[in-house]
Amino acid sequence: MSATTAMEVNVEARRILAVSISKLYASRTQRGGLRLHRSLLLSLVMRSARDIYHSSRESEVLTGAPSEEPMDTSSSQGEQTPQPEPQPEPQPILNSAEVTPEEPENTEDECEGEITEDKENLSPSRQSRKRRGKASAAPDFLPSKRARLEHGEERYAAALGSCRVGAGESLTTLSLNRVIPAF
Amino acid sequence: MEEESDTRKINNSFLRDHNYATEADIISTVEFNSSGELLATGDKGGRVVVFQREQESKSQPQRRGEYNVYSTFQSHEPEFDYLKSLEIEEKINKIKWLPQQNAAYFLLSTNDKTVKLWKISERDKRPEGYNLKDEDGRIRDPSTITSLRVPVLQPMDLMVEATARRVFSNAHTYHINSISVNSDLQTFISTDDLRVNLWNLEITDRSFNIVDIKPANMEDLTEVITSAEFHPQQCHTFAYSSSKGSIRLCDMRQAALCDRHCKYFEEPEDPSTRSFFSEIISSISDVKFSHNGRYLMTRDYLTVKVWDLQMENRPLETYQVHDYLRGKLCSLYENDCIFDKFECVWNGSDSVIMTGSYNNFFRMFDRNTKRDVTLEASRENSKPRAILKPRKVCVGGKRRKDEISVDSLDFSKKILHTTWHPHENIIAVAATNNLYIFQDKVN
Repeated sequence: MSATTAMEVNVEARRILAVSISKLYASRTQRGGLRLHRSLLLSLVMRSARDIYHSSRESEVLTGAPSEEPMDTSSSQGEQTPQPEPQPEPQPILNSAEVTPEEPENTEDECEGEITEDKENLSPSRQSRKRRGKASAAPDFLPSKRARLEHGEERYAAALGSCRVGAGESLTTLSLNRVIPAF
Repeated sequence: MEEESDTRKINNSFLRDHNYATEADIISTVEFNSSGELLATGDKGGRVVVFQREQESKSQPQRRGEYNVYSTFQSHEPEFDYLKSLEIEEKINKIKWLPQQNAAYFLLSTNDKTVKLWKISERDKRPEGYNLKDEDGRIRDPSTITSLRVPVLQPMDLMVEATARRVFSNAHTYHINSISVNSDLQTFISTDDLRVNLWNLEITDRSFNIVDIKPANMEDLTEVITSAEFHPQQCHTFAYSSSKGSIRLCDMRQAALCDRHCKYFEEPEDPSTRSFFSEIISSISDVKFSHNGRYLMTRDYLTVKVWDLQMENRPLETYQVHDYLRGKLCSLYENDCIFDKFECVWNGSDSVIMTGSYNNFFRMFDRNTKRDVTLEASRENSKPRAILKPRKVCVGGKRRKDEISVDSLDFSKKILHTTWHPHENIIAVAATNNLYIFQDKVN
């Protein structure tokens, strides 16, 4: 019962993340430039969804379900103002049934289209002229390698870049802080 | 409360004769002036249309003054910021009137980046009988002038002209969301996502930054300013609302930079209603002082709250605007409706508050009787001079005859902007590209 609920939450969280990413991407091209308020709200939703997704993934890891390490960093929680963790559903119990995370088809399709762009934009550490701030403290289970992108493209492509990662973990590795554009 | 509707479609695209809505015609702000004689609307195309109430005629005492177009002008044009490769929208975000001090009318209008002061004045006389040029304007040959005359003012057809008197620009990195004129009538504030700037109406080349919430590291950003307003009587006090659902009251006498609030209004979050979208729906979209200056009203996605300025820890009153949407937040997130910014407004005596909703519905709450009503702004459902019928949304179970179910609501028809006449029961409601003006029943 609660395993099914946990899976539903999991799927819902992934769906919301996917919707949020597409909104973020769409907001790049809207007239009037990026809206700071809207981007902030999108990133908050993405963070909530990611946290839910993480916590349900953690319980799956504990039960021995395969989990893939993401290839680039996620944002930090470190310097963010601590916010109450959203717990709309009860935590999945440890002995939840083995759940194979399925990559939502639509997200994968979206990501495929953006892979080329992302490859082009990846470049080894390049000092950004924009104020970047100290590196986010990445959680333990994520590697610290950071995808450095072309100046100005960092924030959006960083969000998209995580889609390149293999199934399962990709949506959680978004650099949520970087979606807030620094003008 | 019963209303007589003087419904008519006021077509802002005065140059064209189309029935469909073009995006430039979408009304983005409405505002009565301080006497209620004038009503200004701004649209996405950067135009301002001003309506004037016609004088009540003795021959038709039943026919209350109607609002007719008085002046139309292009306030803002689209611009391009070359440094950032960004287009600056010409959409008018807010209009605020200055109280009338002479024969001319003044208003401030703003888009995302620039505030302009417009003077609207009438001309009904023109000078005639110049010596050096004839009536067509052609220069006369000086050798043909044999006598001098003094030009005299002759009556002419009334012409209303709008001229930009001041342009307040280059002070905002982020998008301006509100402007507010001070009660001292000398200064005003303009507010963007992270900063509030104080201007003098006479000086356009500099402004003072009085609030700055930009963090040193933009990755630490957790909240933005969503609206700010001066206190209606105290010229040193203003309030600003945030995306986190809090309001700060600041006193400009305390310090030059008002980063420290003197009052902080926030209601603790109810953990039982927490969801993915809690942050979005708690973001305040509008803040308005009451006319008497004792209360503040805030609008977030699902509620309107009235705060007593003396009580910071919780609102005095909370009104549910459309709580039936609480279970639909995910779909509203997907279709972007959850980001809609509704405004709220007080009536002249601060006894009734009004705000918009979807399906061209708008809601009024009587603070004294605690009664509320849902009305609809649509031509199909109201004939001119007919009394508006209260509407009801059916939340589940059996739907009664006149009720509308939540799933049938049209979310593309939203009423974001409303305004209330300062003294009388006349309201103006913007429904996409249509303006509705409703007046209270005569007698």
